[in-house]
Amino acid sequence: MNLDFSPEDQAFRAEIRAWMRDNVPLQEGPSIGIPSHRETQFAWERKLGAKGWLAYTWTKEYGGPGWTATQRYIFDTERALAGAPSSSPFGLSMLGPVLMHYGNEAQKRRYLPPIARGEEFWCQGYSEPAAGSDLAGLKTRATREADHYLVNGQKIWTTQAHWANFMFCLVRTNPDVPKQQGISFLLIDMSTPGIEIRPITTIDGHHHLNEVFLTNVRVPAENLVGEEGNGWTLAKYLLTHERTSIAGVADSYYQLGRLREAVDADPVLVRDPAVARRLAALEVDLIALEYTNLRTLDRVSKGQPPGSESSGLKIKGTELQQAISEAQMELGGLSALPWLSAGEDVDPAFAGATQRYNFLRASSIYGGTNEIQKNVLAKLLLQL
Amino acid sequence: MDFSYSQEQKMLRESATRFALKGYGFERYKTTLPLPGHCDPALWSQIAEFGWLGLPLPEDAGGLGGSALDISLICEALGGGMVLEPYVAGAVLPGRLLSFCGADAGRLAGLAEGKAQLAVAWAEPGSAEDPACCATRAQAEGDGYVLSGRKQCVLNAPNAATLIVSARTSGSDSEPGGISLFAVDAGSSGVELKPYPVMGGGYAADIRLDRVRLEATALIGAADAGFAPLEAALDHATVAACAQALGAMNALLERTGNYLKVRKQFGTPIGSFQALQHRLVEMFVEVEQSRSMVVMSSVRVESAEPAVRRRAVSAAKAYLGQSSKFVAQQAVQLHGGIGVTEELDVGHYFRQLSAFGTLYGSREYHLRRFAATPAP
Ligand SMILES: Cc1cc2nc3c(=O)[nH]c(=O)nc-3n(C[C@H](O)[C@H](O)[C@H](O)COP(=O)(O)OP(=O)(O)OC[C@H]3O[C@@H](n4cnc5c(N)ncnc54)[C@H](O)[C@@H]3O)c2cc1C
Repeated sequence: MNLDFSPEDQAFRAEIRAWMRDNVPLQEGPSIGIPSHRETQFAWERKLGAKGWLAYTWTKEYGGPGWTATQRYIFDTERALAGAPSSSPFGLSMLGPVLMHYGNEAQKRRYLPPIARGEEFWCQGYSEPAAGSDLAGLKTRATREADHYLVNGQKIWTTQAHWANFMFCLVRTNPDVPKQQGISFLLIDMSTPGIEIRPITTIDGHHHLNEVFLTNVRVPAENLVGEEGNGWTLAKYLLTHERTSIAGVADSYYQLGRLREAVDADPVLVRDPAVARRLAALEVDLIALEYTNLRTLDRVSKGQPPGSESSGLKIKGTELQQAISEAQMELGGLSALPWLSAGEDVDPAFAGATQRYNFLRASSIYGGTNEIQKNVLAKLLLQL
Repeated sequence: MDFSYSQEQKMLRESATRFALKGYGFERYKTTLPLPGHCDPALWSQIAEFGWLGLPLPEDAGGLGGSALDISLICEALGGGMVLEPYVAGAVLPGRLLSFCGADAGRLAGLAEGKAQLAVAWAEPGSAEDPACCATRAQAEGDGYVLSGRKQCVLNAPNAATLIVSARTSGSDSEPGGISLFAVDAGSSGVELKPYPVMGGGYAADIRLDRVRLEATALIGAADAGFAPLEAALDHATVAACAQALGAMNALLERTGNYLKVRKQFGTPIGSFQALQHRLVEMFVEVEQSRSMVVMSSVRVESAEPAVRRRAVSAAKAYLGQSSKFVAQQAVQLHGGIGVTEELDVGHYFRQLSAFGTLYGSREYHLRRFAATPAP
């Protein structure tokens, strides 16, 4: 057994690290886990796109760099450690793989290259008011009329719908069959008449989420991906698709590193043994997660399926993100309390820590709640 | 032993609950949030009319001489109704402080009627939450004092005409002896406030004091003897803040229980899933334990023995510092997406409880203080 990266991978890491050092934009305040400044985010994604690294998990055929699983892991790690925002996942790691697997040639040619260049931005229209964990209960209706679908219904929690050019959307095309069988996967241009976006403010005080109302929205029939009625299969493919960065290990290392710097710079905290122990405990948990993640990576690199670990990685990864943000808020003390503005004596190292703590409560809810992840794992373990 | 409330206390609780739930509630909270200082003058005078502002003040100074338990009953109701009015920071803390300093009726005039607003400025950048760490200094000059230093996150300061400032008249930066208390006009020259809203509601300010000139009469109580009353008053305020947090926790427990009954997924109320039933039960147990801590500390905070008072209050705040986070986090989690929005009151209670964890001493601070205070 050898727990180190190969010399080639280490050289690769050095190259990425150097590029990140020279190119990562300065962070405006602490990153809360999803992009919150549109222009900064777009500029960064286009910069990566121009370098050919935005779609870093894609093969060359579709505009990616064609890296191995290990190289992708290294890239994402270096990106996070450099303090760069993660790229929006919707086009890159959600729609992209679905189109590559199920899309027709015309769809691949039309939609994949602009994603890889950072020119078109996507959002995910899955959840509805009555269909959250029970996604298959979705009701947004699409009826086929000649060369188009007429779509009526409502999506909710749609992250960055207000930034997006397109939405990939689960719709019900047949209400008369068992619920999983009547769902289809449609690509919807957000500028189509009949789409209304209403903002939802989250408890970090920001606007990331939206309600999307669809009223008689005409979607060309060629925007159907896969077969009509096959949308649930595509949705499941998207959810179980290899995601070795789901645990957010490197982002957590970055945040923990920032917290450690803030503690080191604080004359009171730096002398407190309870604080040192708390940071150590977080780091120990992070090492456990890192090596679980690396074992998954090893399996994937050898061509084995990632298996059920991704649910475990998501549970532990989000719990740890939350624990680190809680430590940031608590150790920040009074400096973390000013709301959406700064006080006179606020230590900038802790400004925004409360927003981060608040927003990250969502990390155990989005992408399938942690309770649902546990249900998935329990089914596997007990072979139910 | 008898844990029951007196007839008067039951009436107090009833009227406070009626005010908080019927007269206030989420709608009023939302309309108060954009107001300067998060304080609605009409409501403040209403609270004064109820007599609640007089509760922390002694009877011989026009107050009602209420017990800590009386105040806790009010605070729990205010917390349940997410009332933003700065009752703890603007009435309980300064009221108790002035009472403990033996301040005369003149100094207390107008407080019970809600005409004058006060704030207590004690925390400093780098003071490690300890009121004994006081680097702000008051130099005797002529027949008065000159005050210089910095105070951090002074709750209610933007609403207050007068600040009660702890400043050192002798001793080193971190010793309890040598601290004195001064009444400082917020508009005095050399006083610079940087106000901001605090997460979860309420206004605070960071304050710079740059050679602020004070008359000798600005001194409250005896020189060098300010720490004991300050510490005791902070203990009273801490208990009140715990009671307020308890109100919010209880509201979250109720909201979450109701939500589990009405929210359906997979064709059934989500409350039918055992994983969630157990979580709700854990929340319930934490709320009950927290209630015990609030009752215990509300009684023991009045002990004449400082060690008893300190241990009781620090135990309560350390406990609720943890239980309030658990209840708030689980309430959000069990509500799913809607729980992390500003649209439901759940998210707002969550923010208030997050701030509560830090205000009046963190769990870490109170555990340390508890450990350093042997039982008498
Ligand atoms: C910040 C954020 C961003 C999001 N972005 C998007 C997006 O871009 N696009 C999109 O389509 N959706 C998005 N979502 C929606 C997200 O996927 C849903 O919120 C999530 O699936 C949960 O659904 P729900 O909110 O309806 O909660 P519910 O499903 O109502 O769940 C409520 C509670 O019940 C629990 N529960 C439900 N079923 C079970 C069960 N069988 N066993 C045990 N417990 C159960 C849940 O775990 C949760 O605690 C986002 C959500 C958030 C918070």
